[in-house]
Formats: sequence, structure tokens, C-alpha cells
Amino acid sequence: MTALWGAVLLAGLACLAIKLAGHVLPEHWLARPRVARVAALVTVALLSALVAVQTATSSGQVVLDARLPALAVAAVALALRAPFVVVVVLAAATAAGLRLLGMP
Amino acid sequence: MCDSDAVTPHDPATAARRQAVSVSVATGLYGVSFGALSVAAGLTVPQTMALSLLMFSGGSQFAFIGVIGAGGAAGAAVASAALLGARNGLYGAQLTPLLDLPWRWRGPAAHVTIDESTAVATAQPTRAAARVGFWWTGVGVLVLWNAFTLLGALAGDRLGDPRAYGLDAAAAAAFLALVWPRLAGRAAQGVAAAAVVVALVTTPVLPAGIPVLLAACVAVVVGVAVPPRPAPEVPA
Repeated sequence: MTALWGAVLLAGLACLAIKLAGHVLPEHWLARPRVARVAALVTVALLSALVAVQTATSSGQVVLDARLPALAVAAVALALRAPFVVVVVLAAATAAGLRLLGMP
Repeated sequence: MCDSDAVTPHDPATAARRQAVSVSVATGLYGVSFGALSVAAGLTVPQTMALSLLMFSGGSQFAFIGVIGAGGAAGAAVASAALLGARNGLYGAQLTPLLDLPWRWRGPAAHVTIDESTAVATAQPTRAAARVGFWWTGVGVLVLWNAFTLLGALAGDRLGDPRAYGLDAAAAAAFLALVWPRLAGRAAQGVAAAAVVVALVTTPVLPAGIPVLLAACVAVVVGVAVPPRPAPEVPA
């Protein structure tokens, strides 16, 4: 539990320090196009990998279950420009419903 | 607030404030899902609130609890959150010349520098309106995001098995919603596809949390090695 608290505080302070750096460092350090491009792609890669891990893995194994159809429903909702909360609730309801019907 | 005769309809600061309020409400609301998912991932309510108060960046917060929930090491969770927070540093560099704040305000401004406050500030036509948009959005999201995080965490604490409510699928959908608006362009789509493949292929052989960081390395390599736009071979 204390290790998790340490990680929570360390990660929080790291994110805060990064925000502060943007406001106090000389602008030209961060205003390079390549820096902006790499940062944007890193964001995309991390979030995409998290989608994959959260959708299709359990305890270190690739697992296909009710989360996959739920993600498909979320994608349709996003394509229809549904708000964030609606997307998340629809995905949860889909997975919960399918599990009620016996899908793992 | 709705007294439309009292303000000139084209006052940019008023328009900025209205935009800020609607963005704050929409963003703050999904703090509920963060709060519920965080306790489902194994964090306590105070730990969940510490993330929303101190880290205060949706993507980083979801990443942190995603790695912890998957059984990943604390170090991998910290690294994922910090890497996702890197873009906030670039926002600061964009906002500094735009807002031109005195030094004593830069600390508070940094804390509320997030996707939403940057988007609203940079969309305004004047510096005064940009300041109004930035502060109203930043503080508005901070207050509502934390209030709804608390609500979600308290509710999630009473739910029991998170899978029965589809909360694991909700977490996946949350990441998809966060990445969705960033997928415009070939480079982003290619990196996204590569990241998914890298994460799934390496999950069975690497400790939890590491596949996600490995996927970020792919993005760094692509961003550094591949030129933004290939130079045209034939002059137009």
C-alpha cells in the first residue's frame, strides 16, 4: 500500500513538474516542430497500446471476451460523435449485458 | 448568467467564458468514470483523489490506473503517466506567449494546463479572451473533475466485482475516446496500429506495463526517423 502511495505521489509530481517546465523554460526549447511531433505520436502510441492491453489481455495473456464487442460499440458511438460519458457507459453496458448472457 | 441583454453579443471574453463553462461541465462529468475505474483497479479513495488533485491530467490518470489494474509495476505506471503528460509541457510553451502571465501566476497556470484549457485558450481571438477562456476552463475542470472523481470513487467502492458491471470494458472505451481525436493523419494511424501490435505481441512475454512503454518507443523512433512529409520527388 505504501509503495502504491509512493507511486501515486511520484507520478503526480512528475506530471506537475512537466507542466511547470512548459511555463518556465525558454520557449524555443520546446517549440521545435520535431519535439511537438514526437510528443503527439508518443501520446497516440501510449493510448493505443492501452486500448489494446485493456481490451484484449488478462493476467499477461491475450484474451478475447465481452470487452471486444464493447469496444466496437464504443467506436461506433465515437464515430457518431457521442460525448465521452455516453461512450464509456455504452461500452460498460454492452460488456455487462453480454456477460449476463454467458459470454466470458 | 443568461441575461443576454446585459452583454454585447460579440464580446469575446463573454463568449470565451460560455465556452469554458460548457467544456468544464462535459469534461468534469467523466471524472465519474475515472473515480469508479480507479477503485476498481485497486486504488483507495484517497489515492484516487490524490491523482485527480495533484496529477490532474485525464490521460495520465487513466494510464496510471490502467497499468496498476493490469498488475504492472509501480515504476511502469509512473513512466506511462509521465510520458502521457509530456504534451502538457508543450502546451505550456504555447500558452506562455499567448497569455503573457506574471511569474507569480505561472505555478497555478501550470497546474491547470491540460488539453481542454489549452484548446479553449488558443481558440480565442484576443489575449484578454484567451486568459478568460484558459482560467475558466482550467479551474472549472479542476473543480468539477475532482467533485465527480470523488462521486465515482465512492460509488465504485460499493459496486463489488467490476467485471459484472463491464467496468473493464469501460476503461478500454475511455482510452479509445482519448485517442480518437488524435488519429487524424497517416503517421498517427500507422503509429496507433503498430502500438496495438507491439502491445499484444509482447504482453505474454514481458511484465505488465512494459508493453505499453515499448509501444511509446515505436512512436519516438517514427517521430525522429520519418520526416513529417516526404519531399516531393518531382517539382510541381
